[in-house]
Amino acid sequence: MASIWRYANPKKFIETSDRVLPVIAWGAVAALVVGLVWGFFFTPEDYRQGSTVKIIYIHVPAAMMAINAWAMMLVASLIWLVRRHHVSALAARAAAPVGAVMTVIALATGAIWGQPMWGTWWAWDPRLTSFLILFLFYLGYSALWAAVEDDDTAADLTAILCIVGSVFALLSRYAVNFWNQGLHQGASVMRAGAIAGDTQERVSNVFAAPLFVCMAGFVLLFVALVLLRTQTEIRARRMRALLARERMG
Amino acid sequence: MSALLIRDLRLALRAGGGFGLGLVFFLILVALVAFGVGPQGALLSSIAPGMLWVGALLSCLLSLDRILALDYEDGSLDLLATAPLPLEAVVSIKGLAHWLTTGLPLVVVAPALGVLMNLAGPGYLWLVLSLLVGTPALSTIGTFGAALTVGLKRGGLLMSLLVLPLYVPTLIFGAEVARRGAEGLSVATPLALLGGITCGTIALLPFASAAVLRVNLR
Repeated sequence: MASIWRYANPKKFIETSDRVLPVIAWGAVAALVVGLVWGFFFTPEDYRQGSTVKIIYIHVPAAMMAINAWAMMLVASLIWLVRRHHVSALAARAAAPVGAVMTVIALATGAIWGQPMWGTWWAWDPRLTSFLILFLFYLGYSALWAAVEDDDTAADLTAILCIVGSVFALLSRYAVNFWNQGLHQGASVMRAGAIAGDTQERVSNVFAAPLFVCMAGFVLLFVALVLLRTQTEIRARRMRALLARERMG
Repeated sequence: MSALLIRDLRLALRAGGGFGLGLVFFLILVALVAFGVGPQGALLSSIAPGMLWVGALLSCLLSLDRILALDYEDGSLDLLATAPLPLEAVVSIKGLAHWLTTGLPLVVVAPALGVLMNLAGPGYLWLVLSLLVGTPALSTIGTFGAALTVGLKRGGLLMSLLVLPLYVPTLIFGAEVARRGAEGLSVATPLALLGGITCGTIALLPFASAAVLRVNLR
């Protein structure tokens, strides 16, 4: 039976990802162009927020991917620890900078939106604070990868750091809730009843439809970047091995 | 196990410097904060609980690389790893020794520094209690950070980057207990959560520390 683990073979992984990468990348471009153009030019302005509401099309998908990238790294780290597939460890490594950039985008767009709306670039609000902490976790994770010379040791250490960090990131998320009640609005995109059309407490359908397209675009963009970066890592490693063999021979 | 604990305590006491260094650092930090924000009593007393907690945390951080680095360099860590004592127990003892030589003295001197920071009257008891409950978590988390970076040259800065985000929940609840205590509010909830974090880290984190230490000793 064809198992998912056969893609753990680097050769098979490169072959398959070479085939799907263009599809995913162009899908990401298409979804982002459609979603952003639709969102920026063909939706009405919010009656209170004016045109600033449109930053939602970058802010929300980036924030979503910032969290999901960490979740993906957690899964990849667990797979590395349990099954020792190198592709998995490399994928986790490849996702970290992408996730960090998503976190920065979410924080920056949030600040740009917050300045006119809340009257401040930054507030020590639980959501903002936990994103800042998440960013620190990304930095520490990447720094540890860069600092350890032996690849397998680095993969093991970062995988365990990722697991421990996930627990502490969750703890921090709820600890900051306790510490300050905050300014940020609650979840209003993916709540229960959102599909059923209950528009009382959530983003109106006019804004939601292009938002979902943008979210799809960000997901595809993330997958494409991770695939590309993982391929690069595999090829770089293969090149190092070849060079080492040449020196030996 | 007790032999290892006694050995670590003795080394910490006799090596000189390390034992008192954290305390002196704590004192200097408090003085620097006072210089930085100015001598107004009301301002100092409003930031006192948080500043004392941050000071204790940084003093703790300062001595983390001593937990394992010396043993790693002279090879005794390899001996400990091959000894019949499980590595999980070794890192637990190391954390305990670090707490006894760093955390506990901080708890003892904290009230004196509270006077310098013009801490409000009812705050002293809760400051000491919150530090007493919270600093073991700082030592345990710190041992994990030390185990992660033990094989690295100049790993100190990297360790700070790795450990400080892990300290966030402990700091939030600890400082909250001290702040609420100083303002005469109820402290039961944050104190219980702080205790929960301490118990949880002591129970679970040694497994992660031992796992990374095994990787680093490979």
